Amino acid sequence: MNITDNQTAIVRLSSIAAAALFIQQGVEPVAQMTVRDRNRIAIQSDILGAAALGIKNVLCLSGDHQKFGNHPNAKNVFDIDSMNLLRMLKDMRDEKRFECGDEMDVEPRLFLGAAANPFADPFEFRVQRLAKKIDAGADFIQSQGIYDIERFEKWLDAARDAGLTDKVYILGGVIPLKSAGAARYIKNKVAGMIVPDSIIDRMKNASDGKAEGIKIAIETVRRLKEMKGVSGVHIMAIEWEEKVSEIAEGAGLPRRSGPA
Amino acid sequence: MIVGERKPMGEILEMIAPHEKVLLLGCGTCVTVCLAGGEREVGILAAQLRIHAKKEGKDLQIEEHTIERQCENEWVDEIKSRVEGVDAVMSMACGVGVQLVAEMYPEKAILPALNTTFMGYPVQHGTWLENCRGCGNCVLHLSGGVCPITRCAKSLMNGPCGGSQDGKCEIDEDIECAWQVIYERLKSGGRLDWMNNYQPPRNWSTAGSGGPRKSVKIEEVVD
Amino acid sequence: MEAKDVEVTAGTRDFEPRIVAFCCNYCAYAAADLAGSMRLSYPANVKVIRLPCSGKVEITYLLKALEDGADGVMVAGCLEGDCHFMEGNYRAKRKVRHAKRLVEEIGLESERVEMFNLSSAMAGRFAEIIREMTERIRKLGPSPLRKG
Repeated sequence: MNITDNQTAIVRLSSIAAAALFIQQGVEPVAQMTVRDRNRIAIQSDILGAAALGIKNVLCLSGDHQKFGNHPNAKNVFDIDSMNLLRMLKDMRDEKRFECGDEMDVEPRLFLGAAANPFADPFEFRVQRLAKKIDAGADFIQSQGIYDIERFEKWLDAARDAGLTDKVYILGGVIPLKSAGAARYIKNKVAGMIVPDSIIDRMKNASDGKAEGIKIAIETVRRLKEMKGVSGVHIMAIEWEEKVSEIAEGAGLPRRSGPA
Repeated sequence: MIVGERKPMGEILEMIAPHEKVLLLGCGTCVTVCLAGGEREVGILAAQLRIHAKKEGKDLQIEEHTIERQCENEWVDEIKSRVEGVDAVMSMACGVGVQLVAEMYPEKAILPALNTTFMGYPVQHGTWLENCRGCGNCVLHLSGGVCPITRCAKSLMNGPCGGSQDGKCEIDEDIECAWQVIYERLKSGGRLDWMNNYQPPRNWSTAGSGGPRKSVKIEEVVD
Repeated sequence: MEAKDVEVTAGTRDFEPRIVAFCCNYCAYAAADLAGSMRLSYPANVKVIRLPCSGKVEITYLLKALEDGADGVMVAGCLEGDCHFMEGNYRAKRKVRHAKRLVEEIGLESERVEMFNLSSAMAGRFAEIIREMTERIRKLGPSPLRKG
């Protein structure tokens, strides 16, 4: 269960507060943390707070530029980048040190996640960047939403050849499509995503677009399950959360314990 | 003007190390006036590099040349034959100049000799003060001619913070509190209204937070 | 001169330091002239270069001399307050101070560069300064640029 940190730079309930509420409900969340809105001081403070509230899983991200959000005039921070964030949190956990080198008494016990996007350019660098993120401290990886499964597989093969898949848990990202229009929008307007024409055609020709979208998502999860080096999936049913269990069950994933 | 400072010698020597023939390229505009990267500084750095190489028994040829401006392609274009004859160009221009030289000679190693520090003016010979951050949304007509974005350590827009005392900024007693200066200027001109009124959050999208900026004068653009 | 441990090996003590002296026309150069007329002896391996004022010295002159193999370089100007051009010797002082930093950052001893002040009447002091500088450089040893 991923809790986003003001995704697309739209103000939302704080990811740490929301994640703490989930923990109270018995669900283990992944709290997302971006470097867009906080400098290293605020991030470290928030992480200590998160750890105190029982949050373990933190996904370290750059964050969408505020230009895309509801406060485009805001000053961005980007004091450090997502790579630095991983290293900083790893050092807090493993070395009991703040970024400045000062020691702390009690370290936050974290399981650190990072994003990887095999669909962004330059493609060859994406594996190298994955290696850098692992080296910086990533324990698990969540990929961008996968529609071009061949490209994802090519990336995964290269990562496996580089010995990276043994060092990190990779979760494939799956975003179910609601319509052909949504597929075209993602293809043309969302930076860093690839939607092959075959997917758009399937959505266009389907009598029930939504059902087709779920079907494609289930097929994607099934393909990912078979890939060596993929440890799990991350289903991002955006404003369609009720479909997550349908996709999971359809793909034959084990039922999660606790409330959905 | 754009103010720069020569990088530490260790960094310069490290950049130069892999090369045997280097063009040390000065710029005749801002960095000449701020005594960081003009003909004179080229001469000094070139001599230093030659002395160092000789001392270390290394083969190093340094060519010295200074052009009027490294930030305009007409000037940078003129050094083509000089650039072709060397392994690397060490530019003593600001970051703008370094980037244009790199853009025009992408196959060459282009090395920056300076750290570009800020835009400012000299307050006395040898001392420059940062005055403008190029935020793209000037308020100097309202702020008594003193820029709060640049000269207030917190870029505050609604008057001095609680750390302002005796006209000094809380971060360093050598730094004057910009808001103290603004206050005095506005007060003497009877224009305190602006400072007394609530100023809403600024639009930082014009200040670099909105991404790399571009300026187009449509009437000048040749199709 | 600041105390500095310099390993004096056989041979270096015997070497004759090559020194370039940039001398102001109104004081040091005239003092050198006078020293000559008075038949005062000072080390002969100093090359005197006449400047219209010590303030005319450029840092590149000092560096160029070192680059071309001088073991030491010096600037000699009028006594402080007595510059013929008001403040040329103060400018020279600043430049020499900066030149010391510049040579130090590339691994040469800053003592190889020095500024002296004297008047045109101080022929004895001129000879003394040259001896002082020569001894200092002799202790430092030959310029590391000369080994090649």
